[in-house]
Amino acid sequence: MEKHLKVSAIKDGTVLDHIPADQLFKVIDILGLSKISNQITFGTNLDSKLLGKKAIVKISDKYFEDKDINRIALIAPQAKINIIHNFEVVEKRVLSVPHEIRSIAKCMNPACITNHQDVETSFVTLSSSPELKLICRYCEKVTDEKNLKIISNY
Amino acid sequence: MSKHLISIHDFSKEEILNVLSLAANFEERKSDAIFGDKVIASLFFEPSTRTRLSFETAANRLGARIIGFSDAGNTSVIKGETLKDTIKMVSNYADLIIIRHPLEGSARYASEVSSVPVINAGDGANQHPSQTLLDLYSILKTQGRLENLKINLVGDLKYGRTVHSLLQAMSHFKPQFRFTAPPELKMPEEYKEQLRLNNIPFEESENLEEGIEDMDIVYMTRVQRERFTDAIEYERVKNIYSLRRHMVESAKPNMKILHPLPRINEIHQDVDSSEHAYYFEQAGNGVYTRMAIITMLLGRKDY
Repeated sequence: MEKHLKVSAIKDGTVLDHIPADQLFKVIDILGLSKISNQITFGTNLDSKLLGKKAIVKISDKYFEDKDINRIALIAPQAKINIIHNFEVVEKRVLSVPHEIRSIAKCMNPACITNHQDVETSFVTLSSSPELKLICRYCEKVTDEKNLKIISNY
Repeated sequence: MSKHLISIHDFSKEEILNVLSLAANFEERKSDAIFGDKVIASLFFEPSTRTRLSFETAANRLGARIIGFSDAGNTSVIKGETLKDTIKMVSNYADLIIIRHPLEGSARYASEVSSVPVINAGDGANQHPSQTLLDLYSILKTQGRLENLKINLVGDLKYGRTVHSLLQAMSHFKPQFRFTAPPELKMPEEYKEQLRLNNIPFEESENLEEGIEDMDIVYMTRVQRERFTDAIEYERVKNIYSLRRHMVESAKPNMKILHPLPRINEIHQDVDSSEHAYYFEQAGNGVYTRMAIITMLLGRKDY
């Protein structure tokens, strides 16, 4: 079988692998990738044993803080983060859902103040597995994984 | 010490006990004009009779002056002013803000933008912590203790915010619970899970008469029409429980019936003259409890 990379290698930067294909554009959104000037290549609907269909994003000359990259743990908990120097993987990072989550997720309670006035959403993570559960700082209601909506800021 | 009272979770067991002992001091004295130099804002974005009058009575008995409104209809809110702007402005006028607002989480948000202490007097279906503290005060006063009591919560255990807050606050004091509710209005699983984690025993029943004899407190609640999206479901359950005098005749002598009021027909009027009836005194206790809360948040060192 022919063996070559679907998305070509980068010299230096960050590779986000094992993103569920249907979450790719949310990942781009959350990390603000549409607003940066770095070279970005991505592929989606690639075959994956783990996910069925996966996406991969390669960003040249860009490195993320843990607190920033962990924001995508909400929608792509199995994503693998590889730091590349001179075409070599020099570091692998594992995502973890942050304890506090600000302004990414929307509260599922329609009566919550955050859904009516210009208030930044804020949650504390109650559990991240097997099911993600966030408790709203304001209305104290739980938003679970199947009702999770991501706020687009970009 | 807490700067605001937004949710009953914000108060530790010690802070709860401090408020209750301060409330007992105020009950002895009735009035004590220690805050003659203070202005308290009472911002009621939705109508409430009991809670507003109780808070304003408490403030008056402490000698404070009151500004505010009892209905958002006559304010700049209808011009589209945000809650943030209203609170920012009022916290420059007053020394403390009491807020009731229909949106859940509004009081927490107000406390974040306010430069003075904020008391949540009800944020939608979420929290109403001064009600919980006055319930605890009523329990302590009638039973002489908070520890090891048997409490039957009756009625709407699904949507009723008072029962949820009371459940959480009482969990500091090793209670035994009984939950009496129709299947549609049962105690939500998340609260039962918390009880299991804290090793607090509870039983569930649909039968009210069986759950009175060995109880210390029977806490009745109204089935609130405004919490139902389904009118047929409301009709089915609205009259499900009606406590009658003959049902409480075999109760323990110390047993008291509490109710956050207003009651409709879940407690029949023939119970009112029973020595077990305590709901009107309970409402009166609200004034002392709220005097204590205001004093704690305005911070008088000699109290």
